[in-house]
Formats: sequence, structure tokens, C-alpha cells
Amino acid sequence: MYAQMVDTGMKRVQGLDEMSAEERAFQEKIDAGIKIEAKDWMPEGYRRTLIRQISQHAHSEIVGQLPEGNWVTRAPTLKRKAILLAKIQDEAGHGLYLYSAAETLGVTRDQVYADLLSGKVKYSSIFNYPTTNWADIGTVGWLVDGAAIMNQIPLCRCSYGPYSRAMVRVCKEESFHQRQGYDLVMAMAKGTPEQKAMAQDALNRWWWPALMMFGPSDGESVHSAQSMQWKIKILSNDELRQKFVDQTVPQAEYLGLTIPDPDLKWNEDTGHYDFGEIDWEEFRQVVAGNGPCNRDRLRTRVKAWEDGEWFRDALLAHAEKKSERQVATAKAA
Amino acid sequence: MLLDDKSVYLMRLGDNALVLSQRLSEWCGKGPAFEEDMALTNTALDLIGQARMWLSYAGEVEGRGRDEDALAFRRDSHEFTNLLLVEQPNGDYAHTLVRQFFFDVWHQLTLDALTRSSDDRIADIASKAIKEVAYHLRRSSDLVVRLGDGTAESRRRMQDAVDALWMYTGEMFKADETEELLGAQGLACDPSTLKDAWLAMVREVFAEATLTVPDSEWMQKGGKQGRHGEHLGLLLAEMQFLQRAYPNASW
Ligand SMILES: [Fe+2]
Ligand SMILES: [Fe+2]
Ligand SMILES: [Fe+2]
Repeated sequence: MYAQMVDTGMKRVQGLDEMSAEERAFQEKIDAGIKIEAKDWMPEGYRRTLIRQISQHAHSEIVGQLPEGNWVTRAPTLKRKAILLAKIQDEAGHGLYLYSAAETLGVTRDQVYADLLSGKVKYSSIFNYPTTNWADIGTVGWLVDGAAIMNQIPLCRCSYGPYSRAMVRVCKEESFHQRQGYDLVMAMAKGTPEQKAMAQDALNRWWWPALMMFGPSDGESVHSAQSMQWKIKILSNDELRQKFVDQTVPQAEYLGLTIPDPDLKWNEDTGHYDFGEIDWEEFRQVVAGNGPCNRDRLRTRVKAWEDGEWFRDALLAHAEKKSERQVATAKAA
Repeated sequence: MLLDDKSVYLMRLGDNALVLSQRLSEWCGKGPAFEEDMALTNTALDLIGQARMWLSYAGEVEGRGRDEDALAFRRDSHEFTNLLLVEQPNGDYAHTLVRQFFFDVWHQLTLDALTRSSDDRIADIASKAIKEVAYHLRRSSDLVVRLGDGTAESRRRMQDAVDALWMYTGEMFKADETEELLGAQGLACDPSTLKDAWLAMVREVFAEATLTVPDSEWMQKGGKQGRHGEHLGLLLAEMQFLQRAYPNASW
């Protein structure tokens, strides 16, 4: 997902009887569906895990502007260009709400962002793949925003108030992006043979990375179990992935495109699609920094930050001068 | 004759917005602060909206069946009529901002005049656009002040940008026959009438920004007549790639 494999720092999940009185009261609140707010007491592990999860999500929104920005100067019509600009602007906005949500947990945006630039905190593996033809822009909206929504709709009910409210706002815009992405792919799938080939090529390249967005099976993961107990993870990775596949296969069929998985087939007994094995070694490599675009993405953001230093310094310097002048005038008066 | 002049004039307005929007969108995800990324994208989006309104109308008035996309993606650089200022490369963020500020002041004055155009559709588009441009100008003038009167480095960068871009500002006020004619009819605005107000605003902002207004008088011209520098051709090659490579596709 936009936040993948979030470490909770826990070795095992505690039962209610092993908790301190404060911890127990906290867990009972969560179990009763009462939202935790910024000023409420919370276990350190909960706070730290949420900071990691929310900041990974925020970084993904920010880095996610880059693969889309790669085509904004080459959009083929003015209308498509406007739609893409509006989407990119929304994603930057999502990044900002999410950084604000992280700030309610006692970190600053600059600290959190420094961890992205140093490579300490990740963003979603999906943004380390290149956008190589125009159909990629539609496919990203359809599949990537689609997968993000799958994960984020349940998070609207998560236990942390500021995060759940950010998700409500973000989800509305993400579903809009998904519809617009699908519409773009549709125009190409129903277009000339060259356009249809581009749409198929895009689906071939994005399908498996999109499935990887949900992360490996939770299996025995302590972190997943702990996050679920804290209600900052609602459904398991495999459940979300299955919902995504079930939703997306008919959409691809409607477009006349083929999903690049020979093992994909409808299973009458389970009422779900069966699908092939995911290449988890590729996923691990991409997360470890060895995807096709990891270095470029990070280098671009680092360069933007470094090139912008004089700009940010100047705004601070101006604000200081201004307040000094105000003090001086106040004294003179 | 009149129809021709009118479509030429509308195309100029559309081309300015389109080319500047294209330049701003090159910054996508690479701005110096998150808020700047948002603001750049937002301004690019406003301008693309304005370009669409002007170019659609230009195509209708021209009457040769060209829509906004035919005009944007199927003309070569000598057929583009934007001001030379807006095609200048982004440079550092100081160049981008000074270019924006010079343009925004002119744009605001032009649109304000056009809200009183004798042509209802022009007046209507101008009234919509001016609300957005008022915001662009507030933002760019505010940043010019803060960066001019910021650090020694930011002042140097801003002054360099001012000195480099100054010679592209004269063209904004140089009326040609089309503008004189349409201006006299109350349909368009004669740009030579805007020069004093533009200069006054620039002086006022620069005074607060501790920046110097250059005294050089020599100005470049020709953008409105389709005589551009080398940069525009590359900008168009990138922007028009898909429409040129796949001329029979619809998107
Ligand atoms: Fe988003
Ligand atoms: Fe998101
Ligand atoms: Fe999105």
C-alpha cells in the first residue's frame, strides 16, 4: 500500500491482562470504536507506528507527483493536461494534509521529510516504476489510485481521529482520479491499433507492481496483528489484494485488455478470482532501493530540496527582518 | 479583415496562457517547498483553463474548423504569437518568479481592460480569468518582496533575474496594427495605454523588495508576430509530440 510493512516496534501482541491500567483503558476505547485524538494519552508504540505509517503515506503522495509529472508537459490534449494538473495538485494536497496529521503526533514536517530524503523512511514501491507511454498515466489512475482507495476506505474508520478524517477527504479525490484514469485508458483501448497497444503495454507493466502495493501476506506478522489490534490496519494485505483483483478483472475485460497472468481464472467455489504467484523477490529489491527508478526519484527530490534552500532561507530571513522592524517601530512609538 | 484581426488577437491571449502554463508545469514535483509545488501547479492549471477559453473562441472566429487542440498542437513556432517573456526557460526559481511577476502585472491590467470589451464573450472570459490572475499577482508580488528583501543571495538571484528578463518586457506595450484597430473599436485593449500603470506597479513592488529597476531601454520584440527565440521550438516539440506522432488518434 502507500504505507507498506510498517514496523510497530513490538515483539508480540499483548493481551489486556498484561497491560498497564492506562494501556488497558486505551485498548478498551479502541475496542469500543471511540476515536483517539491528538491530546489523548496513547502508548509510545502506537504513536511511533502511526508516525511511520502516516509519513510513508505522505511521502508516497509527494513522490507520486514525479511519474505523473513526467507526462504533464506531453499530455495530448488541453483537457487531458488540465485533468492531469488537477490530479497532481490534489496529490500534493494529500501529502500536505497527511504531514499535518503526522504533526499532531509531535513531529515536525521538516523532520519527517528529512527522513525521506536520507532514505530512512520509504514511500510506496509503486512509484519506483517508470511511466513510459501516455497510457501509463491512465493506468496509474485506474490501478494505483484504485489500489490506494481499497486500502484507504477502511482507514476512514481507523482509530486515530486526525488520520481517519484525512482519509475521508483524500478518498473522495482518489475515486475521482481512478474514474478519470479509467476514462483515459478507455479512450486508448477503443482508439487506433497503436493506442490500444500502448494501453496493453501499460497494463502489462503495472499489473504486478499494483498487486505488490498491498505488501506480502501478513501471515504471522506481529506488526500486522498489533496494527489491527490498534485499528490502524483494518483488513489484511491478502484480503485487500483479493478485493482489488475481483474488482479490476471485469474492468479490464470491459476495456478489451488482457491481464498478464496466465493463472488468472474465476473460481466458482470461492466466488473470487484465483491469480498467479507474485514475484516477491522483485518487491523486496524495489523496497530495498533497487527498483528501476528509486535512485532517480530520490535524487530528484533531494535536488529540488537543495536547490530550494536559498528560497526557504530567504523567506525566513525576511520574516525575521519584518518582526524586528515591527519591534523597532513599536519601541519608537 | 476584422474577423482575422480578432482571431489573431484572441490567439495571442491564448498562446501567452498556454506557453506560460507549459513552462510552469515543467516544475511539477520539483519546487523549492511543498507550498510552491502546489501553487505552481495551481497557476499552471488556471492558465491552461484560460488558454482553452481563448483558443476555442479564436478557432470559432477564424472559421476554419480548428478547435483548441488543433491550435495548440498543430501550429509550428512561427505561428505562435505569445510574448517572448513567457517562453523564456524557467532558470532558477528567481527567474521563474520574476517572469511570473512581470507577466501577472501586465495580465491583470490587460484583463481588467478586457472586462469592458464591446465583445460580450471577451468580456466574459476576462471576468472569469481576472479573479484567478488577481491571486497570481498577489502571490508573485508578495514573493518578489520577500525574496528581494530576504538574504544577500536571494537579492542577488532576484536582481540577476530582473536584469536578464527586463528586455522581454517592452514588447508587452508595443501595439501593432491589429491591437490599434481593435483597441479603437473597444473590442480589445491597446497595450501602449498600460505601460505607465505597469511601470508604477513594478516600481512600487521593487522599492519594497529593495530591487533596482533596470535603466536599459533596448527591448526585444517579435513574439506577437511569430518571431521567437530558440527555446519555443523545443517547448513545442515536447508539448506536441503525441499529436504529431499519432495524427489520426483521438485521446
Ligand atoms: Fe493521493
Ligand atoms: Fe493516497
Ligand atoms: Fe490520487
